[in-house]
Amino acid sequence: MKFKQLLIACAAVLGAVGARADINVGVIYSSTGPVSAAGLSMQRTIAILPKTLGGERVNYIGFDDGCDTSTTFKAVRKLVTEDKIDALLGPQCSANSLAIAGFMAQSETPMISMAGSAAIVEPVEGPKKWVFKTPQSETLMASIVVQHMAGAGVKTLGIIAFNDAYGEGWLKEMTKLAGTHNIKIVSVERYERNDSSTTGQVLKTLAANPDAVFIGAAGTPGVLPEAGLVERGYRGKIYQTHGIASEEFLKMGGKNVEGTFVPLAPVLVAEDLPDSHPAKKASLEFVSKYEAIPGAGARSPFAAYLWDGAVLLDAAAKVASKTAKPGTVEFRRALRDALERLKDVNATNGSYTMSPTNHNGLDDRGRVMTQIRNGKWKLAN
Amino acid sequence: MDFPTIVFLLMDGVTMGAVYVLLAVALVMVFNVTRIIYVPQGEFVSYTALTLAGFDAGQRPATVWFLIGVGVLAFVLDLLSLRKSVSGFGRRLVSSALLYLILPLVLLLISGFVVGKEVNLVFKIAVSVTIVVALAPGLYRIAFKPIADASPLTLLVAAISLHFVLVGAGLRMFGPEGLRTPAFAGEPMQIGFLMITPQLLWVLGLTVVLIGGLYLFFERTLYGKALRASAISRKGAHLVGISTDLAGSLTLTIAAAIGAVSGVLIGPMTNMKFDSGFLLGLKGFVGAIIGGLAVYPLAAAGAVFIGVLEAFSSFWASAYKEVIVFTLIVPILIWRSVAQPQTEEEVAEE
Repeated sequence: MKFKQLLIACAAVLGAVGARADINVGVIYSSTGPVSAAGLSMQRTIAILPKTLGGERVNYIGFDDGCDTSTTFKAVRKLVTEDKIDALLGPQCSANSLAIAGFMAQSETPMISMAGSAAIVEPVEGPKKWVFKTPQSETLMASIVVQHMAGAGVKTLGIIAFNDAYGEGWLKEMTKLAGTHNIKIVSVERYERNDSSTTGQVLKTLAANPDAVFIGAAGTPGVLPEAGLVERGYRGKIYQTHGIASEEFLKMGGKNVEGTFVPLAPVLVAEDLPDSHPAKKASLEFVSKYEAIPGAGARSPFAAYLWDGAVLLDAAAKVASKTAKPGTVEFRRALRDALERLKDVNATNGSYTMSPTNHNGLDDRGRVMTQIRNGKWKLAN
Repeated sequence: MDFPTIVFLLMDGVTMGAVYVLLAVALVMVFNVTRIIYVPQGEFVSYTALTLAGFDAGQRPATVWFLIGVGVLAFVLDLLSLRKSVSGFGRRLVSSALLYLILPLVLLLISGFVVGKEVNLVFKIAVSVTIVVALAPGLYRIAFKPIADASPLTLLVAAISLHFVLVGAGLRMFGPEGLRTPAFAGEPMQIGFLMITPQLLWVLGLTVVLIGGLYLFFERTLYGKALRASAISRKGAHLVGISTDLAGSLTLTIAAAIGAVSGVLIGPMTNMKFDSGFLLGLKGFVGAIIGGLAVYPLAAAGAVFIGVLEAFSSFWASAYKEVIVFTLIVPILIWRSVAQPQTEEEVAEE
């Protein structure tokens, strides 16, 4: 018994020594549960993340939370109190990111979320001062959709969206933006992720005969209404959200999704980007590393969100390590301040410029309009 | 709302309704014979569709390995319980090994043969259906046989647990993304403004054939009559020498077969995910409730009604579609409890 205690004590001392030497970064992803496809791609990405941040060696400590809030809480508590992390990358789910913001602020540990919802970092006040995020907000994505529609002469729009928070978020953004671009919304239909038929919604949309249809869906369920529209001979333009960006969607959609317009993170069409685009170099580097992982398959936008989080940390740690040592609260404070002052950091999702009021930092270059051509994402004309 | 729209919606509603009919009939049958409210019925639908999709993608579906796992566990349970029995040890051991070990192994070999070869879609469908149906006896052996005489409430809890196990295993086996199986061959026919796909004809045709087959099975065969006897009175059936274990196992196998066929029918029409089956089963259940979990024609009519109601409410008020369908259960339950007094067996159990 004594011996065992001694061993534990030794381990604790060694661990403490290790923590003092390196930067420790916690990573929380969801490789099981409802968003596991995205989570798996993040889990794989940890292996190719930079080995040093701001010149200091770094340990990544990964956790799968299954997109379950209580598991996230357990994981983050362990990461902060036992592993003494200097920063957190994640979580991947929006509700979970919101839930732990208070705890992160209390422990004075900066976090960079990989979740979609803008509410995670807006408005930047209270505990959210410690929270940053890499993915584009819905507003940013919706604005390029509406701009593209206006440019293509779309006057009337039909919307078919998920009957949940995701669909609701998009519906709100689209309604707001369409009004300012003189686009009239002529029909709004809702459906469930698990629905096996959307004939009613499709028929109603066809009856309204809009110039374009916007489908507010994520993942493969986005195929269902689009296939219905195409099979019933709809000739207008069809738009989807970036939530559908997966190989499975292309595979299942096949011919029916040919020609669809999708707002995407630049990384998915890295090769097509003009050389002047801030995301091109970073994207190509990420893609060559990610696609070299055995069994990883094609690039994933979700993996790129994690990658960008590490890029931001790298830039901030360069500044913070000048004033404080990793593993101390001073370092974490310095890291947060440095993150907030980042300017023109080029990563796979565009160029990040943070400020005390903007903790996402992406601008109009943070997304591109693509079109599905021959079963591939291509830059739209 | 013009005439073609009404016809389109009716067609869509009847197609989905036909699938619900199959599920509702299976639920009524299982409840009558075993008193289990068979929550996992929908999983057989998604398992079959996803197994078929796996074959189509040129992989050996993980369902086969799951089948072998279930088989081994069921066989071990049989061995343990057979230890105590005196007579017929050898014969029972052989039949148990055949069902739980040999059959899964044969299916493993066949699935290995199907993968990576250009085989007829019909053959792939047959193999997928057989794999899923072969799961049923093993699942009955593991989950329900040890508690076959328990109260309906206990059986319901076991059924819910089995549902969670199957959904979890499904996520592990098929992944989180949805898949679609290839459409049945044949060009759509144009009749006036109507487009009739071969899929629609298959769904309606096979539903009618299956229902007819079930009718013949229950009316004309000895096993069918034995199941009916168990449904009327378990004790009475036991007294005249009908094995309630066999009745339970057989019923669940038939239910699995019905679910598997539904999976084949619905697979090309929608994207199936590991957890898609539950909602389908639930709508079949609403149909079965309309039939009071007892009357087959009423349950079938109820299921068609659910399908049509769903189609029309997705047109009129798409945001409230599920609400409309599931709220329907409340007035029906009130009506049933007023219209039908408790049966003797229910009173006896209380």
